[in-house]
Amino acid sequence: MDNPNQDKLASGKPETKQLTDNVFDITIIGAGVVGCAIARRFTLAGAKVAVVEKASDILDGASKANSAILHTGFDAPKDSIELSCVQNGYEEYKKIHADLGLPIDNCGAYVVAWNEKEQQKLESILQKAHANGVSDTHLISAKQLAKSENNLTSHARAAISIPDEAIIDPWSAPYAYLKQAIINGAEVFTSCEVETGQFENGQWLIKTSRGILRTKYIINAAGLYGDLLDKKLLGETGFNITPRKGQFVVFDKAAASLINSVILPVPTKRTKGIVIFRTIFGNLAIGPTAEDQVSRTNNSTDEKSIKQLIAAGVERIPLLKDMPITATYAGLRPASEFSDYQIKANEAKNWITIGAIRSTGLSGALGIANYAFELYQKSGNKHKKIRKPQIPQTVILAEKSQRDWKNKDHGKIICHCELVSEREIKQALSGELAAKSLAGLKRQTRVTMGRCQGFFCSANLAKITKTHFEIPLASESKND
Amino acid sequence: MTDDFSNIDVIVIGAGPAGIAAATKLKQLGVKRVVAFEREEKAGGIPRHCAHPPFGMREFKQILTGPQYAKKLVKTALEAGVKILTSINVVEAREGGRLLITSNAGAQEISAKRIIYATGVRENSRSARLISGMRTKGIINTGVLQQMVFFQKLKPFKRPVIIGSELVAFSAILTCRHAKIKPVAMIEAGSKAIAQFPMQFSAPLLGVPLHLNSKLTKIIGSTQVSEIEIENSDGKKKTIECDGVILSGNFTPEASLARMGHLEIDVATGGVKVDQYGRCSDPVYFAAGNLLRPVETAGWSWNEGQIIAAIVAKDLQGKLEKTASKIEVFSRDPMIKLFMPQEISLPQNVSAMQHIQLRFSANARGEIVALNSKGIIWRKSIKTQKEKRFLIPITQLLKDFDKEKIELKFLQKR
Repeated sequence: MDNPNQDKLASGKPETKQLTDNVFDITIIGAGVVGCAIARRFTLAGAKVAVVEKASDILDGASKANSAILHTGFDAPKDSIELSCVQNGYEEYKKIHADLGLPIDNCGAYVVAWNEKEQQKLESILQKAHANGVSDTHLISAKQLAKSENNLTSHARAAISIPDEAIIDPWSAPYAYLKQAIINGAEVFTSCEVETGQFENGQWLIKTSRGILRTKYIINAAGLYGDLLDKKLLGETGFNITPRKGQFVVFDKAAASLINSVILPVPTKRTKGIVIFRTIFGNLAIGPTAEDQVSRTNNSTDEKSIKQLIAAGVERIPLLKDMPITATYAGLRPASEFSDYQIKANEAKNWITIGAIRSTGLSGALGIANYAFELYQKSGNKHKKIRKPQIPQTVILAEKSQRDWKNKDHGKIICHCELVSEREIKQALSGELAAKSLAGLKRQTRVTMGRCQGFFCSANLAKITKTHFEIPLASESKND
Repeated sequence: MTDDFSNIDVIVIGAGPAGIAAATKLKQLGVKRVVAFEREEKAGGIPRHCAHPPFGMREFKQILTGPQYAKKLVKTALEAGVKILTSINVVEAREGGRLLITSNAGAQEISAKRIIYATGVRENSRSARLISGMRTKGIINTGVLQQMVFFQKLKPFKRPVIIGSELVAFSAILTCRHAKIKPVAMIEAGSKAIAQFPMQFSAPLLGVPLHLNSKLTKIIGSTQVSEIEIENSDGKKKTIECDGVILSGNFTPEASLARMGHLEIDVATGGVKVDQYGRCSDPVYFAAGNLLRPVETAGWSWNEGQIIAAIVAKDLQGKLEKTASKIEVFSRDPMIKLFMPQEISLPQNVSAMQHIQLRFSANARGEIVALNSKGIIWRKSIKTQKEKRFLIPITQLLKDFDKEKIELKFLQKR
């Protein structure tokens, strides 16, 4: 590819990108899945885009832990922004995923009623799904369910089938969005926290932890910190984030063959409930819990909740009883006092807030990006669309795809459980979105995310990443 | 250059003590093409990073450190004519001895007449132990610490706590001393250290306070571990300041290949299910070493590798007696933590493993009994010790048996 920008992604020792005197058309604050999708949308529309992220790696807030399901919106609130964004995002993903080399597993989902009370609710769920335009949703009997999911207990009473629910790679997708933005001209500044900002003469001057940034327009995609950013720069906010913690359990890969589809519970008013799902990486996982909390950083797990999740899994799939646990983790979702997304433009201040994307961010991201761009256009902003956008090379991590270990010259395998090659790690440590933390490297390559959780490769990784991470995994030792 | 993988008699997966011993013995017994695959850069297995004695007493009548021992094992194997290939991963093991492997040459499918699994063990991760708290830097297993200190000359913390008091926890102390890391505490959930005399006294001797009856209940810290919370048997909680957590012991077989493949797994050991010939549910596959049960010494695994190799050599010559019938050995007793082999193929033979290896889940006095449908067929009074090996002679179970099942039970003394 003779695009000079492609090199930015492919080579060179990672350096922290320096801020310049350039005035950007748009600055997106927050490089979560939503920020990445917006960066892509605005860049392809011809805007000069900057993305600022306070963490050393992108996707470090709410986007780092989710259930990786591409939702149809069958259960989204009627006439909500969420519904339109999720459905538009779903369509957009289907349109672009092949070009970007992103996987999709059209596994479908079942909302399973486990008791009579839940069974009574199925009809209204079905009606809602149809009202939301998810027309192939239909009711099935316990017998039909058992036919396609024969490892579920026989206690299931009935289910709703949603054939179009799918699973995707929750990290490769946003990486691909942002990479496409970068090779088409966007600039990304990591480890860059917004401190203050002033809006004067149609231009923002933002003071960040790494210097001054000038921009005509700001999009607040700060996720868990969205309300705080509104307050800090606009002086007011229309919503308040109440972080909602979700704990997950990942079972040994051998468990993935126990289900074919996503197994959803009958939802409550507050949450979608505990989901049993396969991941695109070949795991079976259960979660999330829904625990409202004050802290925006405390993503601790607790043994009691994890045991409850395991028990819930075993109750529905008895064969899970003998499966080892590979991983436990927790994510924080940016919930607010509202049931819908809080997406609003402040035209007087050249500002759009993308707030309270509580649990469908991955599905909705591309739709949210379109929605934000419409709001932006309504304010009279115009750019010249890039006619032939460059397409980035995507890392292939899905279990059943052409992973690098199948190719020649991969060096050797460093992470044995997830079969991550030396070449894949080197690539993830270089270029514009180079991993600068283990968390970032994990999301880009899957190292240490398998059965042994780093027993066999952590020491190797500490050496390989020594000069790459902001906080090294280990320090030099003067041995006796 | 690509390796020639045609006409292989035996592929040994994993070049640790058990695997190398098996491959070496096979060559010594005249088996022609024996290849050992090691996915790490160097062969030798876990002893490579256990940089302290005692290793090698059984094998070489010498007291060696782990790395010296590993080198000697490899040298002996090469001298015997074993082909050891490193940086090769077996990705899938399929029926009939067909393997999918990957190396720098890419993925390829190969096969051998017999396969010996010797993939060893690892310590259970923080996640697998369901430990509560934050995911921060500084939470690692002993094996990782050893590799960091001895292979990479790196240290991940300065003042860690050590969780567990199995033998390997004392290796953690020695590794720490080597890198001038000062452990601040050793935490054991039980009422006494699991490692036996004289190790149980050595933690305090080495300046590490031992907290018994204490359970790790939470890990605290934002970027690096800052403290842990422990709870004693009265439910009282307290915190200990530290900058790291070493999760020691609590081993599990590295049985990934079998889990994802066609071989039967034994839930209790976490390893593959075998008979006393080390034979898996697909009789082309055999297993040896700590893959069979957590966890034995290098010397024990080495010996097991040799026994299994002799069986495989015999099998290749068609001299292994045909199995007339099989007896399933089982237990539902929570006192019996694990045992292997889980099946006895008849007839028993002098070349086979002669014992059922068993471990208890607690310390108690009582009687271990074996029953069949007619009643007790064998019994022995015993004082059990957690994690200590107990052996049941297989021939004694076969004196008066019916051809169905044998159940193992522990009768606690009142």
